[in-house]
Amino acid sequence: MINERADDDATPLVEIEHLAFSRGSHVIYEDVSLSIPKGKVTAIMGPSGIGKTTLLKLIGGQLQPDRGNIKVDGIDVHQCSRSELFELRKRMSMLFQSGALFTDMNVFDNVAFALREHSGLPEAIIKRIVLMKLEAVGLRGAAKMMPSELSGGMQRRAALARAIALEPELILYDEPFAGQDPISMGVLVKLIRELSDALNLTSVVVSHDVQEVLGIADYVYVLADKRIIAHGTPEELRLADNPKLKQFIGGEPDGPVPFHFPAPDYQKEMLGELN
Amino acid sequence: MSLTDHIAGIGRSAIASVTGLGSAGLMLWGAIARVPKPRKGIPLLIKQLYVIGVQSMVIILVSGLFIGMVLALQGYNILVGFGTEDSLGPMVALSLLRELGPVVTALLFAGRAGSALTAEIGLMKSTEQLSSLEMMAIDPLRQIIAPRFWAGVISLPLLALMFTAVGIYGGHIVGVEWKGIDSGSFWSILQASVEWRQDIVNCVIKSLVFAVVVTWIALYRGYNVIPNPEGISRATTQTVVQSSLAVLALDFLLTAMMFGS
Repeated sequence: MINERADDDATPLVEIEHLAFSRGSHVIYEDVSLSIPKGKVTAIMGPSGIGKTTLLKLIGGQLQPDRGNIKVDGIDVHQCSRSELFELRKRMSMLFQSGALFTDMNVFDNVAFALREHSGLPEAIIKRIVLMKLEAVGLRGAAKMMPSELSGGMQRRAALARAIALEPELILYDEPFAGQDPISMGVLVKLIRELSDALNLTSVVVSHDVQEVLGIADYVYVLADKRIIAHGTPEELRLADNPKLKQFIGGEPDGPVPFHFPAPDYQKEMLGELN
Repeated sequence: MSLTDHIAGIGRSAIASVTGLGSAGLMLWGAIARVPKPRKGIPLLIKQLYVIGVQSMVIILVSGLFIGMVLALQGYNILVGFGTEDSLGPMVALSLLRELGPVVTALLFAGRAGSALTAEIGLMKSTEQLSSLEMMAIDPLRQIIAPRFWAGVISLPLLALMFTAVGIYGGHIVGVEWKGIDSGSFWSILQASVEWRQDIVNCVIKSLVFAVVVTWIALYRGYNVIPNPEGISRATTQTVVQSSLAVLALDFLLTAMMFGS
């Protein structure tokens, strides 16, 4: 059933058009256009250091692009007013790579934080919602623990519970699998897929963990060289014969994406002929 | 070539410092212009008053006591040569109220609370807690910066007054109880020579100015930290160095304005 939904006729929730972004003189994106359909898991893959996190921050309106525009549900993130942006952010949430739990409060209060700020619900109901979210990620028993007492995988699950507390329409996952052991990786893969299906969430997963991403994504964009070099369903990408894509998916150390960072001639430098 | 490079370098650093001043101003404006709802703002403020103010009390009180005692001992040794040791009270009280109270409290505050603020906010930034507030549609300037700023501005003048009071008591210990000045004349001459407007109000004005500057520098350094261990250590050092220098320079300006004519 999921594959049937993965048709092109789904309306996009996020549309990025001709996006260009640079930090100082370092160009990160030259011309990126992509659209993220509603209710699907869309993955954005690429080698590390390519600015995948930057893309999520651009979608969340935390950074300003040089050119191009990003629309979330028809609203231009970088043209709208501050209060419109804040209203928009209440409908999206982001799972940071570090988890970014508030270190001065326990897991329960972390998950309850946005609810207490925005929902206006009485504390008794907030408590039930928080316990439901913690149950969904398997951490109801850890509600009273401080973030520093949790393992890396548990921190990320707690952060996930916090991210879904306000039942957002869009979740941006920043490297959800990085640095996880195989078990918590499996747990996260399962959670992301289940949350997406059960709550009909739109998920954007930014990652370089090829196999996990191909396993859960409905649609994949591959970023390299400041632009999108390939996109398609996971099956299409596995069969594609683009050499860069093959190198990336196959995990080969050298190929069209060079192993070496650009450097002057090795022999000359070793012999001291360069100044 | 090297000369033009040099001039370009001066220009760049001038632009950088003006830009820094501008963004520090924007940060402060963002923090104080948007007033939160009292129900949410006041608990945050109380927590910061405790962390910034109450927890700085020990160092302030102990330093105040010792500085008052040292001041009284040195003052006594000079005054006794002229046979005017009865004026020890006003000497200690006026030095503390006019200069040492506000200045030393601000310097200690920069080291104790300012550096802690910078490190705390710098770590919040580098662990993306500030970004994560923004993504939750919560303004970090209002949630994190504003309560800390107001707590600093409220705490420092009170700490300076406590410092001064304990310092005068320290002077009393040395002058009256050790050196044997008459207790009645110590207090009565002190009372007669301290003026409300000239001394006490000016003490509070000075420490209010220092409070704004020290807290502002500490918060801005933390908020603008380069998110790595080296960046945090640099930012903490900069907080202490810059706010100490700012306090001493401003103290001269304020003293010249208050007592110059």
